[in-house]
Amino acid sequence: MKTVTLTLENPPELYLEGQNITPDNFAGKTAAELAAIDIWEGKLKSPLGKHFAVAGNGGATAADTKIVLRGDCTRVKRIGQQMTAGEIVIEGNADMYIGGWMKGGKIHVKGNVDSFCGIGMEGGELIVDGNAGHHLGSSPRGEWRGMQGGVIRVAGDAGNDTGTFINGGTIIIGGDADIHISTHGEGGTVIVKGNAKGRVGGQMVKGDIYVFGEIENPLPGFKLVGEVEQEVDGVKGRFAHHIGDLGERHPVSKGKTVYANLYTQI
Amino acid sequence: MAKKIENVGCPFCGVCCDDLVVTVSDDGKKILEVENACIIGSTVFHRAMEDRHALPRLRQPDGTYKEISYDEAIDYTAKVLQKAKKPLIYGFGSTNCEGMAAAAKVAEKAGAVIDNCASICHGSSFLAIFDNGYPSCTLGETKNRADVIVYWGANPAHAHPRHMSRYSIFPRGFFTGKGHKGRKIIVIDPRHTDTAQVADIHLQVKQGHDYDLFDAFRTVLRGHDIPDEVAGVKKEKIVEAVEILKKARFGTIFYGMGLCHSDGRNHNVDIAISLTRDLNDFTKWTIMAMRGHYNITGPGAVWSWQYGFPYCLDLTKRDIAHMNPGETSSVDLAMRDEVDAFINIGTDAAAHFPIEPVKHLRKHPWITIDPHPTMATEISDLHIPVGIVGVEVPGIVYRMDNVPIQYRKVIDAPDGVLNDEELFERIYQRLCELEAEDAAKTPAKTTPEGVRAGE
Repeated sequence: MKTVTLTLENPPELYLEGQNITPDNFAGKTAAELAAIDIWEGKLKSPLGKHFAVAGNGGATAADTKIVLRGDCTRVKRIGQQMTAGEIVIEGNADMYIGGWMKGGKIHVKGNVDSFCGIGMEGGELIVDGNAGHHLGSSPRGEWRGMQGGVIRVAGDAGNDTGTFINGGTIIIGGDADIHISTHGEGGTVIVKGNAKGRVGGQMVKGDIYVFGEIENPLPGFKLVGEVEQEVDGVKGRFAHHIGDLGERHPVSKGKTVYANLYTQI
Repeated sequence: MAKKIENVGCPFCGVCCDDLVVTVSDDGKKILEVENACIIGSTVFHRAMEDRHALPRLRQPDGTYKEISYDEAIDYTAKVLQKAKKPLIYGFGSTNCEGMAAAAKVAEKAGAVIDNCASICHGSSFLAIFDNGYPSCTLGETKNRADVIVYWGANPAHAHPRHMSRYSIFPRGFFTGKGHKGRKIIVIDPRHTDTAQVADIHLQVKQGHDYDLFDAFRTVLRGHDIPDEVAGVKKEKIVEAVEILKKARFGTIFYGMGLCHSDGRNHNVDIAISLTRDLNDFTKWTIMAMRGHYNITGPGAVWSWQYGFPYCLDLTKRDIAHMNPGETSSVDLAMRDEVDAFINIGTDAAAHFPIEPVKHLRKHPWITIDPHPTMATEISDLHIPVGIVGVEVPGIVYRMDNVPIQYRKVIDAPDGVLNDEELFERIYQRLCELEAEDAAKTPAKTTPEGVRAGE
């Protein structure tokens, strides 16, 4: 695997939109060619080299390319957007849409990320060592087919609207989550290892949610049906099993109504 | 002799009363009397001529304003737009659709973000509508058919003073001949508002827990049990209200800022739409946003037609319109220091935004386009006065139920004052001239390319 290192030397006045920073775009290009690819700051289009020092060449294919971002990328959006393979490591913070619409490969952010990360994700892995903002693994506005697959793992806290319209895949939040988890969900799994503030599984049709801590304001549409013992993300525990959202429509499969499951640790 | 003008539209709230009678002086310069309007609407007309400026004013180094010509103001504005990497054009609550379309043309040419007051108001309704549809109706249908009215998080007694008497509670319509005696009114609000005074049932929901209450309504509607108390409301009360909703012949849920300005925003509206859809399994139910300004529905209609999105439009890439509130919404852009020039038109951002975004926006050039001095004009670099739509300028406006209405003028604008459409057309012309001058200087550099230009 070949590694390209981008070091942010000339930070933007506003924000940079780096949707071209993906292994797919970097594959087969030399450092000089990479320095010429487009990056936007508002309406201004500039070559990547204007802001970043580029070292190393891309691999032959996306899967063969690793991108390392150094410097303060707090004001760089859309890194790894729509990537299908390869690897990206962001040494510090990053802004919005990191791993948005990604189909494969791996992104590792060592700091925090802002909102809309992993939205519309179809596959691959997004790992954040710090906190994530709002709309983590959510669907883009107006899209009723949300996250389809892949794994998002956030070590810290997440904001609101995690996994809206989730259809598949797994989101694991190490810390606490704000309101709205798996709203309108039709599949997938969200695991919150800390506390959740409320509106967990609102308007949810199918799918699973695990909350290890407390839910501050549980919804009236969820009903306790029993206790189960399960292994969740490598941890064994007893969970109270709730079904819901009883206010929402639910499909019938083999004569039985399918509900969304909410498990809270006992 | 004084002249009476009938069927005048009111340039205040989203109800867009179009039955006003305005008496003007012989010379057409003075408003003498306004009939049929509420106190706010008649004040708009009576104070139209107070504190007016006939020329744009530019801020001087010593902090004072100096009058300049329209040509100089247009040149200044065009140059600010051209120089900025990401200018923001925000407002449009109180202007006509013609002005909005012209402004969008400027935004596209300048590579700007264009946003309207929905951004801090009913924008979240749009997001819910994208996700979940909009089973709505016109106000005429509500007037002629509805026998159950729900006001959820709205206080029309103060914000839309003639809404209840024209369309919802009191009028006698085709199938509603008994007026308010034949109607049931449910008000859901944490406060005992003046609207709640006229309600048959007032549910005092715990502030910020509307979503939970909607969920309870839906759960009961599907025949399931709920806890004894949800969001501060007793189970019996919820069951009673649901029974009334189910037994209606035709119902309308009017919702306001109680849903859009409390935690969850779009999801509060989203689940309200889900409830409306569920109720249609039993009877006919509709839902409508209580839009604030008389033409705040307008930019949604105009820009959706032009670009496919109603608000928070990022046109910086020219050939792609991008919209994602949270990123491209005015307050977020300001708070994140993501814009470097600001044009405030037909609203008062300095008064309506939280103070922090105002401070952030103030770091960059700030131009206000407004007929009157406002808080925004007091901190602007440039104030361009324009004519008042609905008083001095005619045009199309959209009522809260998306019905377009032709507004008329009743008096003349002060001599030489442009209207919004003329002003934006001239800014557009100036931008084109500046672009041509630039292209002539550096022949190699063509107009900036869009994202997909290389494809």
